[in-house]
Amino acid sequence: MSKPLKQIHLAAHFPGVNSTTVWSDPAAGSQIDFDSFVHFARTAERAKFDFLFLAEGLRLREQGGEIYDLDVVGRPDTFTVLAALAAVTEHLGLTGTINSTFNEPYEVARQFASLDHLSGGRAAWNVVTSWDAFTGENFRRGGFLPREERYERAKEFLDTAHELFDSWDGGEILADPVSGEFLRDAGPGAFAHGGKQFDISGHFNVPRSPQGRPVIFQAGDSDEGREFAAASADAIFGRYRTLEEGRAFYADVKGRLSRYGRTPDELKILPAASFVLGDTDAEARELAHEVRLQQVSGATAIKYLEHVWNRDLSGYDPDGPLPDVDPEPGENTIALGRASVRMHGDPVAVAREWRELAAAEGLSIRELVIRTTARQSFVGSPLTVAQAIDGLVQADAADGFILVPHLTPGGLDAFADTVVPLLQERGVFRREYEGPTLRDHLGLAAPRTLAPVRG
Amino acid sequence: MPVHPSPSSPSPALHLAVALDGAGWHPAAWREPGAGADRLFTAGHWAALVAEAEAGLLDFVTFEDSLSLQSTDPAGPDGRTDLVRGRLDAVLVAARVAPLSRHIGLVPSVVATHTEPFHVSKALATLDYVSRGRAGLRIQISERPDEVGHFGRRTTPLDPTELYAEAADHVEVVRRLWDSWEDDAEIRDVATGRFIDRAKLHYIDFEGPRFSVKGPSITPRPPQGLPPVSALASDAAVYPFLARSADIGYVTAHDAGEVRAAVAALPATPHLFGELTVFLDERQATAERRLQRLDAAHGAAYTSDARVFAGTPADLADLLLEWREAGLTGFRLRPGVLAHDLPAITRGLVPELQRRGVFRQAYEASSLRGLLGLARPANRYAAPLAAATSPASSPAA
Repeated sequence: MSKPLKQIHLAAHFPGVNSTTVWSDPAAGSQIDFDSFVHFARTAERAKFDFLFLAEGLRLREQGGEIYDLDVVGRPDTFTVLAALAAVTEHLGLTGTINSTFNEPYEVARQFASLDHLSGGRAAWNVVTSWDAFTGENFRRGGFLPREERYERAKEFLDTAHELFDSWDGGEILADPVSGEFLRDAGPGAFAHGGKQFDISGHFNVPRSPQGRPVIFQAGDSDEGREFAAASADAIFGRYRTLEEGRAFYADVKGRLSRYGRTPDELKILPAASFVLGDTDAEARELAHEVRLQQVSGATAIKYLEHVWNRDLSGYDPDGPLPDVDPEPGENTIALGRASVRMHGDPVAVAREWRELAAAEGLSIRELVIRTTARQSFVGSPLTVAQAIDGLVQADAADGFILVPHLTPGGLDAFADTVVPLLQERGVFRREYEGPTLRDHLGLAAPRTLAPVRG
Repeated sequence: MPVHPSPSSPSPALHLAVALDGAGWHPAAWREPGAGADRLFTAGHWAALVAEAEAGLLDFVTFEDSLSLQSTDPAGPDGRTDLVRGRLDAVLVAARVAPLSRHIGLVPSVVATHTEPFHVSKALATLDYVSRGRAGLRIQISERPDEVGHFGRRTTPLDPTELYAEAADHVEVVRRLWDSWEDDAEIRDVATGRFIDRAKLHYIDFEGPRFSVKGPSITPRPPQGLPPVSALASDAAVYPFLARSADIGYVTAHDAGEVRAAVAALPATPHLFGELTVFLDERQATAERRLQRLDAAHGAAYTSDARVFAGTPADLADLLLEWREAGLTGFRLRPGVLAHDLPAITRGLVPELQRRGVFRQAYEASSLRGLLGLARPANRYAAPLAAATSPASSPAA
């Protein structure tokens, strides 16, 4: 008997602030007007996606001592825009990245609990950490974490937030006008947390929310990140990988769950993935090439090279050969606030490898950057893309994907109209939402610590 | 600049706001018919209240908030089970109802004492985007020791003078961050590949004795430029903060004399609103009996920092106009029972004020600033257009 078909989870990342977003296209709209978010969210909900995802940034990126001006920049506050989107959607999960370094557990816990109430159980939190003083300069508490403490703080932050979420069990509010009892007992929400990162106590002031706790997401490829996710998360974000790399990551992360008394179904693996659709595969490939040219202008290529070289390369011609100077050693001081900087382990080795590749194939700087930076995950006709996504999920390389279109806000429309119906025909994607909450969409049980509602 | 009614413009200049909290301001409000006490933590509860306020053409609603459980004891929880306990985050409630309303201003409360101005600035800017220019901010401090325990970063006791000074810095940072993007910073210049003109983004470089913040914001300048900031003008100790930081002060006066004193003390605050708790019925005796019934249910007479009014919409209109003559520009009314007194305001008081020609017949502006008669402010960092004629006037960073 053949294995039953896995159901695919799909989500949509609002294409905000990054070099994936093509703002120069005449079809590109605003990245900040609320109408853009409404359009995007309603498209995702029309397509029965599990959730919408928003990333976060807490300091504008800089390069060479100046604010970076080539990419889309300017985004809304995560909580506020998600709460507003709860008003214009009914089922779509609302997932936001919130940093655990420049926030306090009490405030974040009550914001997520509030969002869960106000959305009827659709809130999710992607827990991330920062540790840099650069971001810290925007916060009154300032400062930063030693890098090695970032997961410690994230873990303790999350544990503390869970203690706050669990401080109401759901049965406290009677609201009985006849007896005059609003609360069943005195003092709900009592908590006390004493730890290295936080030492707080008192009473949480948001009653238990529909999901009990928001769904927890975690992004991370590192060993620490995988372990953190295995211990504490309902879903892990990652990069899109090839089939074999994806299967290895999937097996590794799912394999860690038993250490925490969890089953493989309790952690969904959802890589971020971009896509380019065309009527035919050939048309899609041609369009994908055009998109890459829009994403990587000559100026962008030089700036990207500076991430690795860690020095000013503005004198180089993007249509010429790679610099023959070596990268500046030490901490990267030229590109500040860039997550991508950390992806290039040994800059000297990366530079050597790129020079060899460029020499062998006669690539200019811009061509090299187009070649080596994030390629489109899925390129092809709707059928090709549907088959590729389904294939990866059925082969246990992922449980689904978080799609990142390159156009704001209409970049999801074609996917919703063409690929989703094909997945539905294959019987691997829902035609209707089965329940109202994000936990329902993801097939996650209520948090096990949720005490039964009394009375 | 003050927007006090001027004799040359007979236009209706009385502004009206309502303060939303739980089931209403009387402790027993949640027990009243239709109070919906089991729905206080749903979006529907708040959406219905805002829809009612908007149907009454009110200028704005405020949303109360705190970072601790409500309590009758200033030191911490009182252990009572007969009163509403629990609150949702006010900024998120305001954002949740924003797409469901079109004209009314939305003013959440924020505690400056324990929050990051960077987060508050982008949250309010975003509320302004999702409401298309209807966001305002009500800022407050907290001296509560239990709240300190929720954050674990301060020691008690807290000195209110110091907390208001800190709140003033907080508001200054929030406003600088709102201005940290010039309105036309986004250029999308395909020829040069530049999305923004970085010369129109500004570090705010706030340095104060309590904290420093670099900037710029991650959120572009909000539609109103600077959403209006408001705060309670409960006593003279708050006035220095109000004078420096508020577009609207809520004056808890008990008579016209106190109103005149507050107005005289705060000459530069654009709006001073009277703050009253109201119980409204068609007959004064009915309103008083209702208040007595609520007091009996609660087991104690209702007391408040603000004046408590129990009477008819016509009598309340008389009082509001008397206080308006004493220098107030508007009122923030606290409905004793939201289910009863909010509709009494929108369907009783508002028509009465309209009959007297002192309240709008339709929304005349699409932004909160517009409703309040406040111009959209110039950006403090933008080079003045007439730079050549005033070379020393640019505060640009």
